Amino acid sequence: MKNISHAIIGAVALAFGLVASAGAGTLEDVQARGELNCIVSTGLQGFAAPNDEGVWEGFDIDFCRATAAAVLGDANAIKAVTATGKTRFTKLNAGEGDVLWRNTTITFVRDVDVPLRFHGVNYYDGQGFMARKDLGVMSAAELDGASVCIQTGTTTELNLADYFRSNGMSYEAVTIEDNAEARENYQAGRCDVYTTDASGLAATRATFPDPDAHVILPEIISKEPLGPATRHGDDQWSDIVTWVLNATVTAEEKGVTSANVDDMMGSNDPEVLRLLGVEGNLGGMFGLNADWAYQIIKQVGNYGEIFERNIGVNTPIGLPRGLNALWTDGGLQYSPPFR
Amino acid sequence: MAESAPPSRYAPGTHPDLPPPVRTTGPIAWAHQNLFSSPLNIFLTLAGLWLLYSIIPPLVEWAFIKSVWSAASRAECWDRMEVAEEAACWAFINRRFEFFVYGFYPEAERWRVNLCFVMMILAIFPVLYDRMPGRRHWFWYVAAFPFLAGWLLVGGFGLAPVGTDDFGGFMLTLVIGVTGISFSLPIGIALALGRTSDLPVLRMLCVLFIEFIRGVPLIALLFVASTMLNYFLPPGTTFDLLMRVLIMVTLFSSAYIAEVVRGGLQGIPKGQVEAADSLGLSYWKAQRLIILPQALKISIPGIVNTFIGLYKDTTLVLIIGLLDPLGIGRSSLADSAWAGLAREMYLFIAVFFFLCCFGMSRYSLYLERKLDTGYGR
Amino acid sequence: MAAVPIESRSALSRLWNNQETRSLILQTVTLVVVLTLVGLVLRNVAINLEAIGKEFSFDFLNQPASYDITFSPFIEYSSRDTHLRAYAVGFQNTLLVAVCGIVAATVLGVTMGILRLSRNWLINRMVYVFLEFTRNVPVLLHILLVHGIIVTTLPPPRGAIDVGGTAFVSNRGFYVPAPVFEDGAGIVGLVLVAAIVAALLFRRWAKRVQVETGRIYPVFWICAAIIAGATALAFLLTGTPLAWEVPELKGFNFQGGMALKPEFLALWLALSYYTSCFIAEIVRAGILAVSHGQTEASFALGLRPNRTLQLVILPQALRIIVPPLVSQYLNLTKNSSLAIAIGYMDVVATIGGISLMQTGKEMETMIIVLGTYLVLSLIISAFMNWYNRSIRYKER
Repeated sequence: MKNISHAIIGAVALAFGLVASAGAGTLEDVQARGELNCIVSTGLQGFAAPNDEGVWEGFDIDFCRATAAAVLGDANAIKAVTATGKTRFTKLNAGEGDVLWRNTTITFVRDVDVPLRFHGVNYYDGQGFMARKDLGVMSAAELDGASVCIQTGTTTELNLADYFRSNGMSYEAVTIEDNAEARENYQAGRCDVYTTDASGLAATRATFPDPDAHVILPEIISKEPLGPATRHGDDQWSDIVTWVLNATVTAEEKGVTSANVDDMMGSNDPEVLRLLGVEGNLGGMFGLNADWAYQIIKQVGNYGEIFERNIGVNTPIGLPRGLNALWTDGGLQYSPPFR
Repeated sequence: MAESAPPSRYAPGTHPDLPPPVRTTGPIAWAHQNLFSSPLNIFLTLAGLWLLYSIIPPLVEWAFIKSVWSAASRAECWDRMEVAEEAACWAFINRRFEFFVYGFYPEAERWRVNLCFVMMILAIFPVLYDRMPGRRHWFWYVAAFPFLAGWLLVGGFGLAPVGTDDFGGFMLTLVIGVTGISFSLPIGIALALGRTSDLPVLRMLCVLFIEFIRGVPLIALLFVASTMLNYFLPPGTTFDLLMRVLIMVTLFSSAYIAEVVRGGLQGIPKGQVEAADSLGLSYWKAQRLIILPQALKISIPGIVNTFIGLYKDTTLVLIIGLLDPLGIGRSSLADSAWAGLAREMYLFIAVFFFLCCFGMSRYSLYLERKLDTGYGR
Repeated sequence: MAAVPIESRSALSRLWNNQETRSLILQTVTLVVVLTLVGLVLRNVAINLEAIGKEFSFDFLNQPASYDITFSPFIEYSSRDTHLRAYAVGFQNTLLVAVCGIVAATVLGVTMGILRLSRNWLINRMVYVFLEFTRNVPVLLHILLVHGIIVTTLPPPRGAIDVGGTAFVSNRGFYVPAPVFEDGAGIVGLVLVAAIVAALLFRRWAKRVQVETGRIYPVFWICAAIIAGATALAFLLTGTPLAWEVPELKGFNFQGGMALKPEFLALWLALSYYTSCFIAEIVRAGILAVSHGQTEASFALGLRPNRTLQLVILPQALRIIVPPLVSQYLNLTKNSSLAIAIGYMDVVATIGGISLMQTGKEMETMIIVLGTYLVLSLIISAFMNWYNRSIRYKER
């Protein structure tokens, strides 16, 4: 009896004890852990994919590294937590990742009802279609009756339904869990067209043995502003992620690059000085070091550098800046001032 | 026997043994009896032969004779064949073999996985082979093995820590399989005892648990583990995905074990319980000394079958994003250097599972036969 | 108990040694612990949902699902329909593949079980090798393999294999002509139902006659004649109200006809042959378990071989076969949830997959999924218990 009662008291105490150990803020958790957990895609060339040595690389990964540079001072202190389109939000809300950098479209429902906190747009995208050239399809309007491969759990699924419905066309949806499997089915001819964000199409096509045999149709059927997301309820952490993104954009606008960031410490532009933490202590206001943005730019680079390195015209993905050019160049990338 | 002509008469008892009539032995008679005894049988035999002829030679040619065992990519593989794609490209498996075995486990630490494997063999041996000397002492080692192995694989306490998300491949299959098997047996026995006990509340709880688990698919439980479990825990606490999977797999198979053991318990004549009671043995003593040894003996085939099922079910973790061999294989196919070699990959993994599970089922048959003599009155 | 001097013990230990109070205490403690744990879990759920600002409600079921499900043979569905309807479609697809799988697995399993008993050595061995290889490999692998084979080795729709100009085989599925019912088909249907009822009535009557007079009618043949004859007559009289819609290649795909999609085919085939291996062993064991003396005894009574099988062997073998057989049916139904691996839209893939994703209601959708399978399992086990009782030995 003694043993049993002890065991029971122990178990109950343990259960209550666990309740008592409620977590601190995300920033403290990350700093205590010394590693930033980023939720990323399971593998999309150019955005997030492991290279031959098993190290994750890509556009989204670089933003994850930028966040780690700001928070921990070390851009390499990241862990990539992979998630499919379906599992990404549950993983984020379950606390398996600190921030989601995974070509995720900002929508009302996701923002308000899932719920998530979005922090601006790091890539302006739109949904497109890719088809084999020998099908002879020149426009999405000719796709009536086609079989369409689509990744499940994405906004593309909803756009597709709306697009075909509003144009009075029918189609067969072939629903697939991840990009690799979608590729397999598309290449085997299970579907005529593959639809996802235009950037994803370019990235997928780049990995085909015969990229020239496939054509990306001109229609863009949706707005897909892709951006980072965090959980509700931690405003300090939300601010950090928002301003990590803004810092990269401002740095490009002000001409601060990873190469010249040390020289820029002596710049005449007060905003650059505030950004780099030479003047004032913006970083201290949300619990980071004064040099947080300096670390981002030094270790990872500004927005333009990140873009060109991973998905720009000189990479196999070959995406032009387009909407993602700075506002001063006719694009949409625009950062609020550092002041 | 002299070489001369045999005598025409024999004294009683001196006639040499005659050879049996030709038609009942020998290959021809055997074939007649077993293959061509009736028109239907002739048809079946011919159909079977035709089937074998159309499957075996092409398969052997594809898998062995014309296959390529080393190359740097699929393209190179196909270049080496007379006709591209005509045979298996085992170079794919060959090049990625370590990936299939260890997943992302850091290369410098792989000796720990190997050591664990050797320790596992050492732990399994005394369990399977009951005439080993000093078997009793080995059991302490066997009981400690899962914890030792856990420490070796995860690290800490002097070893470099390795994240469980680096686990993958056959190693992951073994981790999940062995953990599930070693923990689900005791839990299953406890549940079975609970279900057959006289205490109504306890019985009801066990029945609820067992029927719930058996009523839902494992994949749904794994989804619960991967999406919902964090809501059940106090805020701010999370725990490892692999840990959650291990718990779910263990609970899942313990419910099945419980039903198998309950079958065994019900197979024990009531007289055994009454005899134990009349000797004044307490409940636990009676169970430990009289009932369970007999009940477990009858349920061994069922238990092993449950283990085989569990072992095969480890592949389902693929669906919640763990990289078991199937997951490794599929992600390898995403590599444009090896895309399109799905057949080789599936066959390779199928053979691995077949060897493990067939081995287990053979062992259970052997045990069944061995233990049968003791009980078949 | 009486021999122990009671006075020498404290009141507490006396209570503890009383079997009834002890069991009462044990059970109360267990119950309290379990309820505390459940309470804690519920409390944690409430706190956690509160913390991220979610609420627990099933209202989302009435909102438009907004996604398309292409494979829905019986329920009309479009992306404007609700999540509830999407769930209904998923449930229908789960049931469809489960029922088709159970039928195919039974047929295949019984065939292989009987072949395993065959004296033909070659066939016996071949079936044995197939059985052992199939059932020792995970079912998920079978599903992926069959799907892979269908998608990669069959030709695309434009080069589809043409079966007599009416059916087509391609990697987008098997297309067969679909029946189109015209006016008067309803009458034929009614006649069919009436004929079945008549046949059942006849069977009952024939049985009574047999009991009373010992006279045996060829019940099976007469029933078959009633059903087939009446239906055929009605069909001809109403002017053959049935046409076939032949699939036709239009644009990208075949249009019209009935389509068996590769996802459905792969899941169905893989589940059927995998489960049939277990069924084969069950059938074989069941038949072997009926002792040979039973056959000899019934021959001695003068029963013909088919009557022996029908009246003596099968009733006894079934008693052994049915319980494990039903648990295989349950396994097949539960394994159909692996549909998600190849994109077949069952319960898990619709409500537990896309709906979960689009609405973020993990808790609610998973409860629905678990509840669905639990109810299915309970129904199948209830049926099994009822059947088990009805074929139990009637001991006198």
